[in-house]
Amino acid sequence: MAATGSGGPAAAGIGVSGDATMGAGARKALYQFGYARSRDQDAFEATGEAVRHPVVVVGAGPVGMTLAVDLALRGQPVVILDDADRIGEGSRAICFAQRTLEIWDRLGVAAPMVEKGVTWQVGKNFLRDDLVYKFDLLPEDGHKMPAFINLQQYYAELFLVERIAELPLIDLRWNNKVTAIESPGDGKAVTLTIETPEGTYPLKADWLIACDGARSPLRDMMGLEFRGEVFDDRFLIADVKMAADYPAERWFWFDPPFHAGQSALLHKQPDDVWRIDLQLGPDADPEVEQRPENVIPRIKRMLGHDNFELEWVSLYSFQCRRIDRFIHDRVIFCGDSAHQVSPFGARGANSGVQDAENLAWKLDLLLKGEADDALLETYDAERSFAADENIGHSTRSTDFISPKSEMEHTLRNAVLDLAAKTEFARSMVNSGRLSKATTYDTPLSTPDSATFSGVARLGAPVPDAPLKRVDGSPTWLHDELDQGFTVLHVANGAAPNAVEGAALRIIGAELLDEAGQFRRRFDATPGATFVIRPDQHLVARFRHFDAAKVTEAIARAKGRADAAA
Amino acid sequence: MRLREEYDMSELITALQLSDPDAAYHRLVDAHRGLSEEQSADLNARLVLLLTNHVGDLAVLDQAIELAKAERGS
Repeated sequence: MAATGSGGPAAAGIGVSGDATMGAGARKALYQFGYARSRDQDAFEATGEAVRHPVVVVGAGPVGMTLAVDLALRGQPVVILDDADRIGEGSRAICFAQRTLEIWDRLGVAAPMVEKGVTWQVGKNFLRDDLVYKFDLLPEDGHKMPAFINLQQYYAELFLVERIAELPLIDLRWNNKVTAIESPGDGKAVTLTIETPEGTYPLKADWLIACDGARSPLRDMMGLEFRGEVFDDRFLIADVKMAADYPAERWFWFDPPFHAGQSALLHKQPDDVWRIDLQLGPDADPEVEQRPENVIPRIKRMLGHDNFELEWVSLYSFQCRRIDRFIHDRVIFCGDSAHQVSPFGARGANSGVQDAENLAWKLDLLLKGEADDALLETYDAERSFAADENIGHSTRSTDFISPKSEMEHTLRNAVLDLAAKTEFARSMVNSGRLSKATTYDTPLSTPDSATFSGVARLGAPVPDAPLKRVDGSPTWLHDELDQGFTVLHVANGAAPNAVEGAALRIIGAELLDEAGQFRRRFDATPGATFVIRPDQHLVARFRHFDAAKVTEAIARAKGRADAAA
Repeated sequence: MRLREEYDMSELITALQLSDPDAAYHRLVDAHRGLSEEQSADLNARLVLLLTNHVGDLAVLDQAIELAKAERGS
């Protein structure tokens, strides 16, 4: 491809709705797990009664498993039900964003992902043969996690399954398919009917979390409408195996010579696998286009050779849509089951993992009796806002890549033409705005009473920073945050000894900011005090420590409306 | 003619701003003369984008779109 280049990565954190799911290279399942009979089935046979669990998660994908691990690390037992017994099929998410990796790092599962993944941060957009726009997602160092890694979703799932195996509080049941749900409402437990190779059994759940993907059977069983925009264009997504030394960058072409009039994308994955994404237009026939005799020449034109193997091929069209509410009494939707985006921007799996982390600590506090439904409601509010933001970005990207009318096409091409000559038009070239953590405008935050500069934002995850312990050993700010609330205080003479309901960390005493990056990122003057939620979002900051204000901020962040006074 | 400073920054100016409106109109006519429908559409799109960035104000753009979309006579 060098002469012509080949096209980038469809980030794909998608709950793509496929026109077809099988591809030319139909890959065998990579990891097979066995069905095992659970004690609940014995108990049901013995007593005729359904066993009741506090939390049942449906779907052992990245979102469901993240949620389960987070809850288990907070001491909550979780049952996960999955209708399959294997992982590894499909062309699915490949791009995992820094925030997702930070969440997984907190859960003890990021290290193998980063080690196996391809780290990248540069993206290039080409018009025909010319580079028109280049972006660098992490222009500054001093973060434990990279800006992005590419990793086949099945590896991410495998590492999560391995992490779950270390956590006895999680009961992961393969080949357990939910076929019916009864949700009586009014806070009463949900009853599930579960089909297994040994027949069906019922289960009761105080909380049922639907992490069963874009085609969510639970959403259908509940009769919830999945509303939004559907795009007509079809895209061929292929994972090809080849030895190539193209850089680990996201390359995206508009109207490339090897695929005239359409777009193309190329992105590197581990194991010499490359994600290729070719726009085919609205009239492409899924069955015909997936035949190897049609796929191989297309990719050959792109790469300039046919020295590759097809790992997976499928044809997709995209949708951007969501359900109105993510919480329906005791049933909570999380990830693609709640909202679906096109893959341009890697906002599917990444936003789902962020849903899971938002829900985990709130549900934990609720189950422990430290919070009530008001806190849980903020899951719906915060993650609905995030879903709308992600859908907005994804819709704009998809509209840019795939114009819907002649005039939209004219406007889009005008942007591309001007991009070669003008700065503003380069910024309009949109091949996907890549996933960033959402900043919540939320009642859980205490409004700033002083002005702070720096990149840390109220309602956003706190930026990481390199620190040192007093013994000189290196650490990261994120590694020093507690699973619960954390209060960060910058030493200023008399420091507080402790804070009720939060772990206290003092910068300048037990932790040292030698590089100054913490100070710059937080605008951390002596005495400054930062209150951080269990999901590492900043909820309050003050120029000076005031025990009453900090206590009130923590109460407010737990959804205590009376704290807002 | 009012001075620009008399307007709110985010208000679309519809009062005359051009010292020679006939010349301005004819600049646009000249730009399109001899072009095909498709070339004219491309030119218009590029002009709209360039001027949109020059204006630099979404509120003004919204008002311009609204006024431009209003049917003749309404």
